[in-house]
Amino acid sequence: MTNTFRNVNISFMVTIEEIKNLANLARIELPESELESLSKEMGSILDYVSQIQNSAGDIKRVVPELHNIMREDVVTNTPGQYTEDILKNAPKKEKDYLVVKKIL
Amino acid sequence: MHRMIDLNSLTIKEAREKLDNKEFSAVDLATYYLKAIKSKNENINAFLEVYGDVLEQAKIADEKISQGEKLPLLGIPVALKDNLLVKGKRATSGSKILEGFVAPYDATVITKLKDAGAVFLGRTNMDEFAMGSSTENSAFGVTKNPLDQERVAGGSSGGSAAAVAGGMALVALGSDTGGSVREPASFCGVVGLKPTYGGVSRHGLMAMGSSLDVIGPFTKTVSDSEILFNVIHGEDVMDSTTFKDGTYPRKPIKEKMVVGVPYHLFKNGGLESEAENNFRESVKKLENLGYEIQEITLPNIEKSLAVYYILMPAEVSSNLARFDGVRYGLHVEGKTLLEDYLKTKGAGFGKETKRRILIGTYVLSSGYHDAYYTKALLLRQKISEEINTIFNEVDVLLTPTTPGTAFKIGEKSGDPLALYVQDVFTVPANIVGIPAISIPSGEIEVGGKKLPLGIQFMAPHNHEHLLFEIGKKFKGE
Repeated sequence: MTNTFRNVNISFMVTIEEIKNLANLARIELPESELESLSKEMGSILDYVSQIQNSAGDIKRVVPELHNIMREDVVTNTPGQYTEDILKNAPKKEKDYLVVKKIL
Repeated sequence: MHRMIDLNSLTIKEAREKLDNKEFSAVDLATYYLKAIKSKNENINAFLEVYGDVLEQAKIADEKISQGEKLPLLGIPVALKDNLLVKGKRATSGSKILEGFVAPYDATVITKLKDAGAVFLGRTNMDEFAMGSSTENSAFGVTKNPLDQERVAGGSSGGSAAAVAGGMALVALGSDTGGSVREPASFCGVVGLKPTYGGVSRHGLMAMGSSLDVIGPFTKTVSDSEILFNVIHGEDVMDSTTFKDGTYPRKPIKEKMVVGVPYHLFKNGGLESEAENNFRESVKKLENLGYEIQEITLPNIEKSLAVYYILMPAEVSSNLARFDGVRYGLHVEGKTLLEDYLKTKGAGFGKETKRRILIGTYVLSSGYHDAYYTKALLLRQKISEEINTIFNEVDVLLTPTTPGTAFKIGEKSGDPLALYVQDVFTVPANIVGIPAISIPSGEIEVGGKKLPLGIQFMAPHNHEHLLFEIGKKFKGE
């Protein structure tokens, strides 16, 4: 497709090793067969978004206009009101606890 | 019983009158829609689930009507995007990773709709976790456009748009992070509203990009959009980004509104020539209605898409970390806890979701954070300044909603970027947080089929009333 929104001047590389590292950081197992297409697609996406790097030079960061929304920190539900419904969704549980494998 | 209801054109206004005058009951109305879903949904795939208690809900509405209760949506059948929580119902966000999940509470918008008397028909198909512009990224198959089944219904709220356009729901809710209500509305020939950021509570909406997400309605008319917006908007203690009534003071509607058009965006935005002709006709129509059209320049708006495709995946990578197979949804067993995570996410997430999590992880990782994420935040600030400043000169902004009509299923699925550019006109409103509405602006003939196009109006924060005013005039409502 032709579209000037795509910056074709820079060619971007995301290596297969980098993809593996990112997937590991994000805790996602990727099959070997997906690595090459991901490397290409991520390269072209990062290539496109890189156009912002040269265009934000003189902008000074200001604190955004945000408003603090405060409320009293009080319990609004009765004890155990949601426990059963929430635990019903757990793949593995024991009494009122979620079960995970030991990490130590 | 009234047998001549045209479900494809029925509005809330009309249904309200007929329900109140007992021309048909809420049970009749719900039955018509259930029949329409039964005959059409197998092809269109708009609904992932039709609730089992639709007629019971309608019966309760009928009892209230007979008791003379007056509620804006009493007995009105509504479809819900699959990322909204309804207590006791399943919700999957179009993903395999939420297999078996049952919502433990109602989203705030659901509570508001229930209080207004709505009847929920079911949950609609969507791109997985709202990531996409065609509903092709759903784990449960694509939604077809009811106007041409070879084409997409748009996305990510494609199921909701198709349900309304196909006469399978009177109205529907979707969510809009970068155009996910407006683009499918445009592709399906219906009205889609993206309210002001913080104007509608997201409590109970599955988060995608938390600084961008907002819930919005699909309707057949602008008047119905206003009715639905009035029901769902407002401050909520459960969502601290919702704002109070006085936060953005509302300007009154002027006698002669000025409409700003950033024509420079069209050239580089890939606007197709027939769509451009349609847009120019709409501009002429507005001039004839007495609006003043002013060409404007927004120097940095063209960077919006790049800014969006940095900030959004960054927020996605953080928000989707919660799906770990421990508390809810899919769980794939490994040898260690780490393996459980790796295998669950690997099996549960689809390709586009994985891609965006990886991009988000990349732009937030040390060494790249300043070059991408921080720069994108700065440009977001600049774009916001430019748009907020232009509203001193013009009352609303006008663009096409999309570069063209609905495209064919599979046409763009091989190239993520080709799909991303669909969002070029819609993302600025999310970046800035302002409200925007897509309104049908006519049809063009493509391959023997008439396909709709839409125009988009944008207004300052909390100025939805300007969008409804000009939208109703434009549509002659």
